[in-house]
Amino acid sequence: MLRQIEGSRAVAETVALCRPEVVCAYPISPQTHIIEAVGAMVKEGLLSPCEFINVESEFAAMSVSIGASAAGARTYTATASQGLLFMIEAVYNAAGLGLPIVMTLANRAIGAPINIWNDHSDAMAVRDSGWIQLFAETNQEAADLHVQAFRLAEELSVPVMVCMDGFILTHAVEGVDMLEQSVVDGFLPPYEPRQVLDPDDPVSIGAMVGPEAFEEVRYLAHLRQMDALVRIPAIAKAFEEVTGRASGGLLRSYRTEDADTIVVALGSVLGTIKDAVDIRRDAGERVGVVGITSFRPFPREAVREALSKASRIIVIEKAFSIGFGGVLATDVALVVQGSNSKVFSVVAGLGGRAITRRSLEDLLAQSARGDLKSLTFLDLDGAAVDRERTRMANTRRSGPSAENLLRDVGTEHAASKVKS
Amino acid sequence: MFQIRIHGRGGQGVVTAAELLSVAAFAEGRHAQAFPSFGSERMGAPVVSFCRIDDREIRTREPVMVPDALIIQDVTLLHQVDLFSGLSSEGYVLVNSSKSFDELGLGEFLRTFHSERLLTCPATEFALEHLGRPLPNAALLGGFAALTHQITLDALDRALRDRFDGVVGERNAVAAAAAFQYVIEQEEGLVRASPN
Repeated sequence: MLRQIEGSRAVAETVALCRPEVVCAYPISPQTHIIEAVGAMVKEGLLSPCEFINVESEFAAMSVSIGASAAGARTYTATASQGLLFMIEAVYNAAGLGLPIVMTLANRAIGAPINIWNDHSDAMAVRDSGWIQLFAETNQEAADLHVQAFRLAEELSVPVMVCMDGFILTHAVEGVDMLEQSVVDGFLPPYEPRQVLDPDDPVSIGAMVGPEAFEEVRYLAHLRQMDALVRIPAIAKAFEEVTGRASGGLLRSYRTEDADTIVVALGSVLGTIKDAVDIRRDAGERVGVVGITSFRPFPREAVREALSKASRIIVIEKAFSIGFGGVLATDVALVVQGSNSKVFSVVAGLGGRAITRRSLEDLLAQSARGDLKSLTFLDLDGAAVDRERTRMANTRRSGPSAENLLRDVGTEHAASKVKS
Repeated sequence: MFQIRIHGRGGQGVVTAAELLSVAAFAEGRHAQAFPSFGSERMGAPVVSFCRIDDREIRTREPVMVPDALIIQDVTLLHQVDLFSGLSSEGYVLVNSSKSFDELGLGEFLRTFHSERLLTCPATEFALEHLGRPLPNAALLGGFAALTHQITLDALDRALRDRFDGVVGERNAVAAAAAFQYVIEQEEGLVRASPN
């Protein structure tokens, strides 16, 4: 049924439809509404059998999730930002052990400086952990991806992270077509673990593995993700057959048929990008969009195919590898290597800075003029950066840059208000 | 697309107001998107929320920077926050106050606006009368429905009763209807006073 509903609520109710048996999570903005809602549903007995386990930290949340999953329970958790970093050792363990935990990541920046707003730094920090990472464009897709995630995780015995933009999606109220229990039950078979801790049939999970087999274990994990490249579109197709809705998959193209410029991005910013692209299209430019849903595994073949006709590829992403540049851009550049297309890396929306249609239009215009640099920081206040660099050059004890910049831009804002 | 920006203070229901607007628009078969300004809000701090209403899918995720309508829940924000940023003289302005725009010191600023799109509405007074608490949301939204016709009073009534159970829903609905009626009467007064 189509409902006007908060993204967090839609995800919580959809997770409940997946009948998790153990939920263990520690609240952190902007994930909190999801966990509060799931917790309330467990307490009201709407989810049975299901245990919501309260813990003292994210490290414990993932550790309990590992134990629950190893004991054969369908297990769900959610976190964001510093919470993900706090559990990171256990995040790697969940993947290394091949436990099909599903986790919502309500994407948020990582401090310092502390910042509760949205970007993709948290997801990128665990890019190499072995979790499958799926990015939702809308709240509809965020909800749908969770159902697909449980099926994918359990088929392959790999944990799956559903990434949804913190606040931008989690706190947005919009129309979401909520699934019926019978549809989810039909789509998602009961969890049949590949490995389980069972006192009647004891095994050990988590052995120490030395140089004689470690590489092979890791390679097997890689192969499972390569299998996921086949299963992700197949599961999306099966989902579309029962719901009539195209959600998930490896990637989605928009107006790319004749495009010589293609913008590539992850997550909710794709909506604003599509609006900007429509405007540039109306102005006669041949521009398209490719939204990547499956970031890990990275769909090399599908990306290469989707971008094959473009001469300019602009990768807009809400994270970057400090000291190098865009993370997604690096993956894309590697995939299109050998073709005649040029890849431009655009870092945008860090720490919740709004990515506006106007800025995206300007960016596309800049690209059309051939003025785009290989690495661009969208809407960067270069003057403020220069002033801090000057302070640092002039004074050894220039103090903390974050506080200096706050003071600097605060002063600027006040000055511009006086002028107007 | 019709874009609304709501300004208030933490605890006044700024976020709920945007959500209720979106629910009312949705109930009438339209696409709607509501979201708060994202931050570590707390009681009394300036808070902003946004709502978009359209007949087609809403894809953009940027904050509302060029609103078609402003709802201002708390006049003490008038001189603290850049409330009118991005609003053109075609825009609607609804302020929770029993004072006139002139009395609020906004008469000159709003001189180029369409007078029939500007209104102060004593929403807190309506709330005190019908809810017994100074929560201006329902009344302001009733006023908004009458002023802009973007949502109907019926849809708002249902949204309020869905959101608030029993007697609370009933009282909110009554406050909304009273403010709606008030705005209609104010507008009729404007029309009668107009030389055209």
